[in-house]
Amino acid sequence: MSAATAPLAPIETAVFRTCPATGRRIDLSAERLVKVHAVSSVVSLLVGAVAAVLLVLTRWQAVHLLPAEWFYRILGVHGMSMLIFFIIFFEMAVLIFASTALLNARQVATKTAWAAFALMLAGALVVEWMMWSGNADVLFTSYVPLRADPKFYLGVILFAVGALVTVGLFFANLVYAKREQRYQGSLPLVVYGAVTAAIIAVITLVHGAAIYIPTYLWSLGLMEVDPQIYRLIWWGLGHSSQQINVAAMVAIWYMLGALTVGSVVLNEKISRSAFVLYVLFISMASAHHLLVDPGMGPAWKIVNTSYFMYMAVLASMIHGFTVPAGMELGMRLRGFTQGMFDWLRRAPWGDPGFSALIFSVVVFGFVGGITGVTIGTEQINIIVHNTLRVPGHFHATVVSGTAMAFMGATYYLIPLIFRKKVAFWPLAKIQPYLFAGGMLIFTLSMTFAGSFGVPRRHWDISFSGAPFDVQFNPIVDVVLAVVALGGLLAATGAFAFIAIAVASVFFGEPLGTIPKGVVVAGIPQGLTQPPVHAADVDTRSRALHDASRGLMGPTPGTIALVFVFLAAFVLYFFVNWKVLSFLWRIG
Amino acid sequence: MLTDTHTGLDFPQGTWWKPAHKSEKVWVAIAFVWCMVLFAMMPLWHWKGGQNPSGIRRTTTPADFMARVTEFTNQYKVGEDRGLPIVAPPPGADVYLVAYSFQWSPILKLQKNVEYTLHLSSLDVNHGFSLYPINVNFQVVPGYDYGLRVTPNAAGDFRIICNEFCGIGHHIMVGRVMVDDAPSVASLGGVR
Ligand SMILES: [Cu+2]
Repeated sequence: MSAATAPLAPIETAVFRTCPATGRRIDLSAERLVKVHAVSSVVSLLVGAVAAVLLVLTRWQAVHLLPAEWFYRILGVHGMSMLIFFIIFFEMAVLIFASTALLNARQVATKTAWAAFALMLAGALVVEWMMWSGNADVLFTSYVPLRADPKFYLGVILFAVGALVTVGLFFANLVYAKREQRYQGSLPLVVYGAVTAAIIAVITLVHGAAIYIPTYLWSLGLMEVDPQIYRLIWWGLGHSSQQINVAAMVAIWYMLGALTVGSVVLNEKISRSAFVLYVLFISMASAHHLLVDPGMGPAWKIVNTSYFMYMAVLASMIHGFTVPAGMELGMRLRGFTQGMFDWLRRAPWGDPGFSALIFSVVVFGFVGGITGVTIGTEQINIIVHNTLRVPGHFHATVVSGTAMAFMGATYYLIPLIFRKKVAFWPLAKIQPYLFAGGMLIFTLSMTFAGSFGVPRRHWDISFSGAPFDVQFNPIVDVVLAVVALGGLLAATGAFAFIAIAVASVFFGEPLGTIPKGVVVAGIPQGLTQPPVHAADVDTRSRALHDASRGLMGPTPGTIALVFVFLAAFVLYFFVNWKVLSFLWRIG
Repeated sequence: MLTDTHTGLDFPQGTWWKPAHKSEKVWVAIAFVWCMVLFAMMPLWHWKGGQNPSGIRRTTTPADFMARVTEFTNQYKVGEDRGLPIVAPPPGADVYLVAYSFQWSPILKLQKNVEYTLHLSSLDVNHGFSLYPINVNFQVVPGYDYGLRVTPNAAGDFRIICNEFCGIGHHIMVGRVMVDDAPSVASLGGVR
């Protein structure tokens, strides 16, 4: 990692401190902003995780904890707290961190930044108040014309405006960093990924404004909103916001890879082009939520979900190669050169930053990616729409992928930004295993239950009180119990994370310096023993890239792994077509 | 000091737009080809396959749609179950099914291997049409008439589960579709 370009001028010491671990300049006001956003994020995670436990215990038919009204209410709380508040607060922290600490630059317009944070916080509190008080039982998607209290929509708007201002300040930070010559050369890939996330955030938040402002007026009785148009524009917000997550997550993958194993960037051109593909194509892909809707024709559905979506899929498949390949090459350049997988075996599995990274990549790619692309196919969507396969998919992407990456990043942010040791270190080392293991069970069994037609967002699949009986295959009861057990295991992992984060930040042991070369409990290995490439790194890299190594090139292990991935993808995709072809003829 | 190899946290110096290694190019090419396969399957299934959510799409109003449902129900009614009319339309008929919180109406009696045009709409909020146990799912949006050409390929007693949250009684919103092997009474009677 490169150190700051020049020593601090005396006048700058009031603004910056120098990070003892990395030699970077850290703007003290940006640091405070990162802290409040990160803390708000973790508090939202706590609310969402408590809700998650109540939900899985209700869908576990043998326990069936909550009454119907509270099940739907808590489901709304879970969705908003997790997908919006937890994730977006954290993303704002990432944007501030990337545009200041990673560029040795300062935060501009700090007062505006605080005002934006206040707006976000106020919006989040209003939304939570409306949901808990039973004035917004409309669930996460809040489809018109199901009506919530106007204050609910207003809260969402306040939150979005605050986030939009923070994203604007991120761009301003970049401009000032360049103008004040805080760095030489181009933006690092990690920051470039954050820029991608920020651009998508703007697109998303504009969609949010375009739909929530009319919806707010509608809730006040001042105008009409067409339900199909609502669904169209709402998903421009609802799905694109998941694309902010993907871009932010991939940026964090590159960051954690660099910090934990000294990942190198194989080729800047390819990795950056893949980020550009996200920006260009991903927002249209929101169309895949409307594949079995009456409002749009097949041509519209095919164009938006094929060319446009698949170019974004291509981007993910590229990152899915370059991220592990960068890790493999980084390890090889440090001397772990034996065989195909020695680099993986010798990786720092006890470093929660590393294990979180690996699980994030694997579960996001194998479960989230493959299921997502498959259910985003116009016809296959017929057997998926609104079944448990949908939450099965997005818990693999957003929760196992994005949230896991955020957790891994937090283990590094605690010593770097909060200057504390990570509390409960032995627990921290196993936390990613708990969380990812639980999530893997949860998402796979949910996907399986959905294949039987079990609906999502449904309180009682025994259908007591319904005019006609519905007898699900008895295996469904077992599968839903497994869903609950996986969910409880994952929630345990989430609570462990929250306990670690809160204890570290508020009661943790302050960190003067980060000692190099020794193992210290409470400091991730990537900081105390930073990955160092061999002195003749360029010579070794050239040798690994030599044409004589054939198509497997410098990263044979990753090549083998991505072909396993491709085989799984092809198999799952075509099995779904096979299942589809057994249905009634529909046209 | 920055070498040719650098991490994603470093500032790349000079020209970083460099040719990629062959292995990376091969993976990008394979991924691209696979994405084209994914793309090709959608139009291909419209042409060669039998399950496409295209349908006939029109806007309507709850009052207009309900009027069509009532007319349809009165025309082909053959019985009642739990207060809901059982309706047996002739082969090829336009079939109307309406969703409202928290019911599907009427009960449909169809014939195997016969094509119908199934019109779906809602009187109030969004609902989800999920045919159990064969797992066919469509979104039912108020103000829109979704006319799907359906051909049942098996006889049986089916359910329609609402799988879009529509309010507190969402989980009791279950409808019924019967599919017979034999021609139904109404079609023998030659109404229409
Ligand atoms: Cu309903």
